[in-house]
Amino acid sequence: MKCRKCSQKAVINMRQHKLGLCKDHFLEWIPQQTQRFIEKYRMFTPEDNILVAVSGGKDSLALWDILHRLEYKADGLYIGLGIDGGSGYSDESLRCSQQFAEVRGLKLIVVDVKERYGSTIPELAQKTARGRDKPCSVCGLSKRNIMNRVARQQGYDVLVTGHNLDDEAAVLFGNTLNWLGGYLQRQSPVLEADHSGLVRKAKPLCRFYEREMAAYALLRGIEYIYEECPHSVGAKSIYYKELLNRLEADRPGAKLHFYLSFLQAKENGLFAPPEIETQDLKSCVSCGQPTTAGELCSFCRLVELDYAVSR
Amino acid sequence: MTAKIILRDQEYEVRAGQNVRSALKKLDIPAESVIATREGELITDDEIIREGDVIKLVAVISGG
Repeated sequence: MKCRKCSQKAVINMRQHKLGLCKDHFLEWIPQQTQRFIEKYRMFTPEDNILVAVSGGKDSLALWDILHRLEYKADGLYIGLGIDGGSGYSDESLRCSQQFAEVRGLKLIVVDVKERYGSTIPELAQKTARGRDKPCSVCGLSKRNIMNRVARQQGYDVLVTGHNLDDEAAVLFGNTLNWLGGYLQRQSPVLEADHSGLVRKAKPLCRFYEREMAAYALLRGIEYIYEECPHSVGAKSIYYKELLNRLEADRPGAKLHFYLSFLQAKENGLFAPPEIETQDLKSCVSCGQPTTAGELCSFCRLVELDYAVSR
Repeated sequence: MTAKIILRDQEYEVRAGQNVRSALKKLDIPAESVIATREGELITDDEIIREGDVIKLVAVISGG
Protein backbone atom coordinates (compact mmCIF):
# COMPACT_ATOMS: atom_id res chain seq x y z
CA MET A 1 0.00 0.00 0.00
CA LYS A 2 1.23 3.48 -0.85
CA CYS A 3 0.94 6.74 1.05
CA ARG A 4 -2.02 8.80 -0.19
CA LYS A 5 0.10 11.95 -0.05
CA CYS A 6 3.48 11.02 -1.52
CA SER A 7 3.29 7.46 -2.88
CA GLN A 8 6.02 6.23 -0.52
CA LYS A 9 5.31 2.94 1.22
CA ALA A 10 2.50 3.32 3.77
CA VAL A 11 3.14 2.25 7.38
CA ILE A 12 -0.50 2.44 8.46
CA ASN A 13 -3.81 1.78 6.81
CA MET A 14 -6.73 3.56 8.46
CA ARG A 15 -9.56 1.64 6.85
CA GLN A 16 -12.27 3.82 8.42
CA HIS A 17 -10.90 6.79 6.45
CA LYS A 18 -9.70 4.73 3.45
CA LEU A 19 -6.36 6.37 4.16
CA GLY A 20 -2.87 4.89 4.06
CA LEU A 21 0.06 7.10 5.11
CA CYS A 22 3.85 6.85 5.24
CA LYS A 23 5.70 7.52 8.50
CA ASP A 24 6.37 11.22 7.83
CA HIS A 25 2.87 12.03 6.68
CA PHE A 26 1.26 10.05 9.50
CA LEU A 27 3.37 11.90 12.10
CA GLU A 28 2.26 15.16 10.51
CA TRP A 29 -1.40 14.13 10.16
CA ILE A 30 -1.98 13.18 13.83
CA PRO A 31 -1.11 16.61 15.31
CA GLN A 32 -3.04 18.36 12.52
CA GLN A 33 -6.13 16.32 13.27
CA THR A 34 -5.69 16.83 17.02
CA GLN A 35 -5.64 20.59 16.46
CA ARG A 36 -8.81 20.26 14.39
CA PHE A 37 -10.59 18.38 17.21
CA ILE A 38 -9.37 20.86 19.84
CA GLU A 39 -10.96 23.66 17.83
CA LYS A 40 -14.08 21.77 16.78
CA TYR A 41 -15.04 20.90 20.35
CA ARG A 42 -13.67 24.19 21.78
CA MET A 43 -11.43 22.30 24.18
CA PHE A 44 -8.90 25.02 25.03
CA THR A 45 -6.82 27.79 23.52
CA PRO A 46 -3.07 28.55 23.39
CA GLU A 47 -3.60 30.93 26.33
CA ASP A 48 -4.86 28.20 28.65
CA ASN A 49 -2.71 26.41 31.19
CA ILE A 50 -3.18 22.72 30.54
CA LEU A 51 -2.56 19.79 32.85
CA VAL A 52 -2.08 16.43 31.09
CA ALA A 53 -2.94 13.34 33.13
CA VAL A 54 0.02 11.07 32.40
CA SER A 55 0.06 7.35 33.17
CA GLY A 56 3.24 6.34 31.33
CA GLY A 57 1.11 4.58 28.70
CA LYS A 58 1.05 5.22 24.96
CA ASP A 59 -2.03 7.45 24.85
CA SER A 60 -1.16 9.96 27.55
CA LEU A 61 2.48 10.28 26.48
CA ALA A 62 1.47 10.62 22.81
CA LEU A 63 -1.04 13.30 23.82
CA TRP A 64 1.59 15.23 25.78
CA ASP A 65 4.00 14.95 22.85
CA ILE A 66 1.37 16.28 20.42
CA LEU A 67 0.36 19.21 22.65
CA HIS A 68 4.03 20.09 23.13
CA ARG A 69 4.57 20.03 19.35
CA LEU A 70 1.48 22.20 18.86
CA GLU A 71 3.09 24.63 21.36
CA TYR A 72 0.40 24.48 24.01
CA LYS A 73 1.37 25.23 27.61
CA ALA A 74 1.01 21.71 28.95
CA ASP A 75 2.44 20.28 32.19
CA GLY A 76 2.06 16.65 33.22
CA LEU A 77 0.54 15.04 36.31
CA TYR A 78 1.59 11.53 37.26
CA ILE A 79 -0.20 9.73 40.10
CA GLY A 80 1.82 6.97 41.76
CA LEU A 81 -0.71 4.27 42.55
CA GLY A 82 1.67 1.83 44.22
CA ILE A 83 0.74 -1.09 41.97
CA ASP A 84 3.39 -3.74 41.68
CA GLY A 85 1.75 -6.94 40.43
CA GLY A 86 5.12 -8.68 40.25
CA SER A 87 6.29 -6.46 37.39
CA GLY A 88 6.92 -3.20 39.23
CA TYR A 89 4.08 -1.67 37.19
CA SER A 90 3.93 1.73 38.93
CA ASP A 91 7.73 2.09 39.16
CA GLU A 92 8.08 1.42 35.45
CA SER A 93 5.26 3.76 34.45
CA LEU A 94 6.81 6.53 36.59
CA ARG A 95 10.18 5.92 34.94
CA CYS A 96 8.65 6.23 31.43
CA SER A 97 6.82 9.43 32.40
CA GLN A 98 9.86 11.03 34.05
CA GLN A 99 12.13 10.13 31.16
CA PHE A 100 9.64 11.57 28.67
CA ALA A 101 9.45 14.86 30.61
CA GLU A 102 13.21 15.16 31.15
CA VAL A 103 14.12 14.63 27.50
CA ARG A 104 11.70 17.39 26.44
CA GLY A 105 12.31 19.72 29.39
CA LEU A 106 8.66 19.52 30.49
CA LYS A 107 7.26 19.92 33.99
CA LEU A 108 5.91 16.74 35.58
CA ILE A 109 4.02 16.90 38.87
CA VAL A 110 4.20 13.61 40.77
CA VAL A 111 1.69 12.70 43.48
CA ASP A 112 2.47 9.47 45.27
CA VAL A 113 -0.70 8.07 46.82
CA LYS A 114 1.16 6.15 49.55
CA GLU A 115 3.19 9.20 50.54
CA ARG A 116 0.20 11.53 50.48
CA TYR A 117 -2.50 9.30 51.97
CA GLY A 118 -0.54 6.60 53.80
CA SER A 119 -1.62 3.62 51.67
CA THR A 120 -1.24 2.43 48.10
CA ILE A 121 -4.34 2.02 45.94
CA PRO A 122 -4.45 -1.79 46.40
CA GLU A 123 -4.09 -1.28 50.17
CA LEU A 124 -6.86 1.34 50.24
CA ALA A 125 -9.08 -0.94 48.15
CA GLN A 126 -8.56 -3.87 50.52
CA LYS A 127 -10.20 -1.87 53.29
CA THR A 128 -13.42 -1.21 51.40
CA ALA A 129 -16.30 -3.39 50.29
CA ARG A 130 -16.23 -1.87 46.77
CA GLY A 131 -12.57 -2.64 46.18
CA ARG A 132 -11.85 -5.85 48.03
CA ASP A 133 -12.05 -8.06 44.94
CA LYS A 134 -10.69 -5.60 42.41
CA PRO A 135 -9.18 -2.18 43.12
CA CYS A 136 -10.25 -0.59 39.80
CA SER A 137 -13.21 1.37 41.12
CA VAL A 138 -11.24 2.72 44.11
CA CYS A 139 -8.41 3.54 41.69
CA GLY A 140 -10.72 5.49 39.36
CA LEU A 141 -12.33 7.34 42.27
CA SER A 142 -8.93 8.29 43.72
CA LYS A 143 -7.44 9.41 40.40
CA ARG A 144 -10.45 11.63 39.63
CA ASN A 145 -10.25 13.28 43.03
CA ILE A 146 -6.49 13.83 42.90
CA MET A 147 -6.56 15.14 39.32
CA ASN A 148 -9.27 17.66 40.19
CA ARG A 149 -7.52 18.73 43.36
CA VAL A 150 -4.12 19.28 41.77
CA ALA A 151 -5.54 21.06 38.72
CA ARG A 152 -7.60 23.44 40.88
CA GLN A 153 -4.96 24.07 43.52
CA GLN A 154 -2.28 24.80 40.97
CA GLY A 155 -4.47 27.03 38.81
CA TYR A 156 -4.78 24.99 35.61
CA ASP A 157 -7.60 25.93 33.23
CA VAL A 158 -8.19 22.47 31.88
CA LEU A 159 -7.27 18.88 32.61
CA VAL A 160 -6.74 16.71 29.53
CA THR A 161 -6.71 12.94 29.37
CA GLY A 162 -5.50 10.53 26.69
CA HIS A 163 -8.85 8.77 26.13
CA ASN A 164 -8.97 7.52 22.55
CA LEU A 165 -11.95 6.50 20.44
CA ASP A 166 -11.75 2.87 21.52
CA ASP A 167 -11.97 3.98 25.16
CA GLU A 168 -14.94 6.20 24.40
CA ALA A 169 -16.70 3.58 22.25
CA ALA A 170 -16.21 0.91 24.93
CA VAL A 171 -17.67 3.17 27.63
CA LEU A 172 -20.54 4.10 25.33
CA PHE A 173 -21.18 0.44 24.56
CA GLY A 174 -21.27 -0.48 28.26
CA ASN A 175 -23.52 2.44 29.15
CA THR A 176 -25.87 1.65 26.27
CA LEU A 177 -26.11 -2.03 27.20
CA ASN A 178 -27.29 -0.91 30.61
CA TRP A 179 -29.14 2.22 29.47
CA LEU A 180 -27.34 4.37 31.98
CA GLY A 181 -28.98 7.65 31.03
CA GLY A 182 -26.99 9.84 33.38
CA TYR A 183 -23.65 8.55 32.12
CA LEU A 184 -24.77 8.76 28.48
CA GLN A 185 -25.82 12.34 29.02
CA ARG A 186 -22.42 13.25 30.47
CA GLN A 187 -20.17 11.44 27.97
CA SER A 188 -18.58 14.09 25.80
CA PRO A 189 -15.22 15.30 24.37
CA VAL A 190 -15.42 18.17 26.89
CA LEU A 191 -16.75 18.04 30.44
CA GLU A 192 -17.52 21.48 31.75
CA ALA A 193 -16.67 22.28 35.37
CA ASP A 194 -20.30 22.42 36.49
CA HIS A 195 -19.36 22.66 40.17
CA SER A 196 -16.83 24.89 41.88
CA GLY A 197 -14.90 21.84 43.10
CA LEU A 198 -14.31 20.52 39.60
CA VAL A 199 -11.95 21.44 36.81
CA ARG A 200 -12.84 21.52 33.11
CA LYS A 201 -11.81 18.31 31.31
CA ALA A 202 -11.11 17.55 27.66
CA LYS A 203 -10.17 14.51 25.59
CA PRO A 204 -8.26 15.66 22.49
CA LEU A 205 -7.63 12.09 21.24
CA CYS A 206 -11.27 11.01 21.39
CA ARG A 207 -11.55 10.53 17.62
CA PHE A 208 -8.37 8.51 17.08
CA TYR A 209 -8.41 4.73 17.12
CA GLU A 210 -6.26 3.13 19.81
CA ARG A 211 -4.23 1.51 17.05
CA GLU A 212 -3.34 4.93 15.65
CA MET A 213 -2.09 6.16 19.01
CA ALA A 214 0.06 3.06 19.45
CA ALA A 215 1.46 3.60 15.94
CA TYR A 216 2.13 7.26 16.73
CA ALA A 217 4.02 6.38 19.94
CA LEU A 218 6.07 3.70 18.17
CA LEU A 219 6.92 5.87 15.17
CA ARG A 220 7.85 8.82 17.39
CA GLY A 221 10.09 6.55 19.45
CA ILE A 222 8.19 7.28 22.66
CA GLU A 223 9.09 4.73 25.33
CA TYR A 224 5.85 3.78 27.07
CA ILE A 225 4.80 1.07 29.48
CA TYR A 226 3.73 -1.82 27.29
CA GLU A 227 2.56 -4.12 30.05
CA GLU A 228 -1.01 -3.74 31.14
CA CYS A 229 -1.99 -2.87 34.69
CA PRO A 230 -2.03 -6.29 36.43
CA HIS A 231 -5.51 -5.54 37.78
CA SER A 232 -6.99 -4.97 34.31
CA VAL A 233 -7.04 -8.69 33.48
CA GLY A 234 -10.64 -9.59 32.70
CA ALA A 235 -11.79 -5.96 32.74
CA LYS A 236 -15.13 -5.35 31.05
CA SER A 237 -13.75 -2.40 29.09
CA ILE A 238 -11.16 -4.63 27.43
CA TYR A 239 -13.82 -7.20 26.58
CA TYR A 240 -15.98 -4.48 25.00
CA LYS A 241 -13.01 -3.22 23.00
CA GLU A 242 -12.36 -6.70 21.67
CA LEU A 243 -16.00 -7.08 20.67
CA LEU A 244 -15.99 -3.72 18.92
CA ASN A 245 -12.77 -4.61 17.11
CA ARG A 246 -14.40 -7.74 15.74
CA LEU A 247 -17.22 -5.60 14.42
CA GLU A 248 -14.70 -3.14 13.01
CA ALA A 249 -12.86 -5.92 11.17
CA ASP A 250 -16.04 -6.72 9.21
CA ARG A 251 -17.30 -3.16 8.95
CA PRO A 252 -14.45 -0.64 8.81
CA GLY A 253 -15.55 2.59 10.44
CA ALA A 254 -18.17 0.96 12.70
CA LYS A 255 -16.51 2.18 15.93
CA LEU A 256 -16.09 5.72 14.64
CA HIS A 257 -19.66 5.81 13.39
CA PHE A 258 -20.99 4.47 16.71
CA TYR A 259 -19.28 7.26 18.65
CA LEU A 260 -19.87 10.14 16.24
CA SER A 261 -23.52 9.29 15.66
CA PHE A 262 -23.96 9.19 19.44
CA LEU A 263 -22.51 12.70 19.76
CA GLN A 264 -24.77 13.85 16.93
CA ALA A 265 -27.84 12.24 18.47
CA LYS A 266 -27.05 13.93 21.76
CA GLU A 267 -26.71 17.28 20.04
CA ASN A 268 -30.06 16.66 18.35
CA GLY A 269 -31.67 16.25 21.76
CA LEU A 270 -32.03 12.47 21.91
CA PHE A 271 -31.29 12.57 25.62
CA ALA A 272 -33.41 14.60 27.98
CA PRO A 273 -31.83 17.54 29.74
CA PRO A 274 -30.14 16.27 32.87
CA GLU A 275 -32.87 17.24 35.32
CA ILE A 276 -33.14 13.57 36.15
CA GLU A 277 -29.58 13.64 37.33
CA THR A 278 -29.54 17.05 38.95
CA GLN A 279 -29.40 15.87 42.47
CA ASP A 280 -28.70 18.08 45.40
CA LEU A 281 -24.94 18.38 45.03
CA LYS A 282 -23.06 19.58 48.07
CA SER A 283 -19.41 20.44 48.43
CA CYS A 284 -17.23 18.02 50.36
CA VAL A 285 -16.08 19.79 53.54
CA SER A 286 -12.59 18.34 53.12
CA CYS A 287 -11.71 18.71 49.42
CA GLY A 288 -14.51 20.92 48.05
CA GLN A 289 -15.46 18.52 45.27
CA PRO A 290 -19.13 17.68 44.67
CA THR A 291 -20.83 14.96 46.63
CA THR A 292 -24.37 13.72 46.97
CA ALA A 293 -24.02 12.18 50.39
CA GLY A 294 -22.99 13.46 53.81
CA GLU A 295 -20.30 16.00 54.50
CA LEU A 296 -17.42 14.05 52.97
CA CYS A 297 -17.16 12.83 49.37
CA SER A 298 -16.51 9.14 48.66
CA PHE A 299 -12.77 9.62 48.27
CA CYS A 300 -12.33 11.60 51.48
CA ARG A 301 -14.45 9.03 53.34
CA LEU A 302 -12.15 6.36 51.95
CA VAL A 303 -8.95 7.99 53.13
CA GLU A 304 -10.50 8.88 56.49
CA LEU A 305 -11.49 5.24 56.92
CA ASP A 306 -7.98 4.17 56.05
CA TYR A 307 -6.55 6.59 58.60
CA ALA A 308 -8.93 5.33 61.28
CA VAL A 309 -8.16 1.67 60.52
CA SER A 310 -4.40 2.12 60.57
CA ARG A 311 -4.34 4.14 63.79
CA MET B 1 7.23 -21.90 2.83
CA THR B 2 6.68 -20.78 6.41
CA ALA B 3 7.09 -17.67 8.52
CA LYS B 4 6.46 -16.73 12.14
CA ILE B 5 4.04 -14.39 13.81
CA ILE B 6 4.78 -13.44 17.41
CA LEU B 7 2.31 -11.87 19.82
CA ARG B 8 3.57 -11.33 23.37
CA ASP B 9 4.92 -14.77 24.40
CA GLN B 10 2.93 -16.70 21.75
CA GLU B 11 4.62 -17.81 18.55
CA TYR B 12 2.62 -18.99 15.53
CA GLU B 13 3.85 -20.63 12.36
CA VAL B 14 2.08 -19.31 9.26
CA ARG B 15 2.20 -19.93 5.56
CA ALA B 16 4.27 -17.47 3.51
CA GLY B 17 2.71 -15.97 0.39
CA GLN B 18 -0.46 -14.68 2.07
CA ASN B 19 -0.99 -11.17 3.37
CA VAL B 20 -0.88 -10.17 7.04
CA ARG B 21 -4.64 -9.63 7.31
CA SER B 22 -5.39 -13.10 6.03
CA ALA B 23 -2.84 -14.70 8.36
CA LEU B 24 -4.28 -12.83 11.35
CA LYS B 25 -7.79 -13.89 10.42
CA LYS B 26 -6.75 -17.54 10.36
CA LEU B 27 -5.17 -17.11 13.79
CA ASP B 28 -8.36 -15.39 15.02
CA ILE B 29 -6.43 -12.26 15.98
CA PRO B 30 -8.47 -9.11 15.22
CA ALA B 31 -6.25 -6.95 12.98
CA GLU B 32 -7.62 -3.84 14.69
CA SER B 33 -6.14 -4.96 18.01
CA VAL B 34 -2.53 -5.17 16.85
CA ILE B 35 0.16 -3.42 14.84
CA ALA B 36 2.34 -5.64 12.67
CA THR B 37 6.08 -4.99 12.47
CA ARG B 38 8.83 -6.61 10.41
CA GLU B 39 12.50 -5.94 11.15
CA GLY B 40 11.42 -3.12 13.46
CA GLU B 41 9.33 -1.35 10.79
CA LEU B 42 5.54 -0.99 10.83
CA ILE B 43 3.83 -2.77 7.95
CA THR B 44 0.28 -2.56 6.64
CA ASP B 45 -2.03 -5.55 6.65
CA ASP B 46 -1.93 -5.98 2.86
CA GLU B 47 1.80 -6.79 3.06
CA ILE B 48 2.67 -10.23 1.74
CA ILE B 49 4.44 -12.47 4.25
CA ARG B 50 7.71 -13.81 2.81
CA GLU B 51 9.39 -17.08 3.63
CA GLY B 52 11.37 -16.84 6.86
CA ASP B 53 9.71 -13.58 7.92
CA VAL B 54 9.34 -12.91 11.62
CA ILE B 55 6.31 -10.65 12.07
CA LYS B 56 6.08 -9.19 15.56
CA LEU B 57 2.70 -7.92 16.66
CA VAL B 58 2.31 -5.03 19.09
CA ALA B 59 -0.89 -5.34 21.11
CA VAL B 60 -2.69 -2.01 21.24
CA ILE B 61 -5.62 -2.59 23.59
CA SER B 62 -5.25 -1.16 27.03
CA GLY B 63 -7.62 -0.19 29.76
CA GLY B 64 -9.27 -1.43 32.85
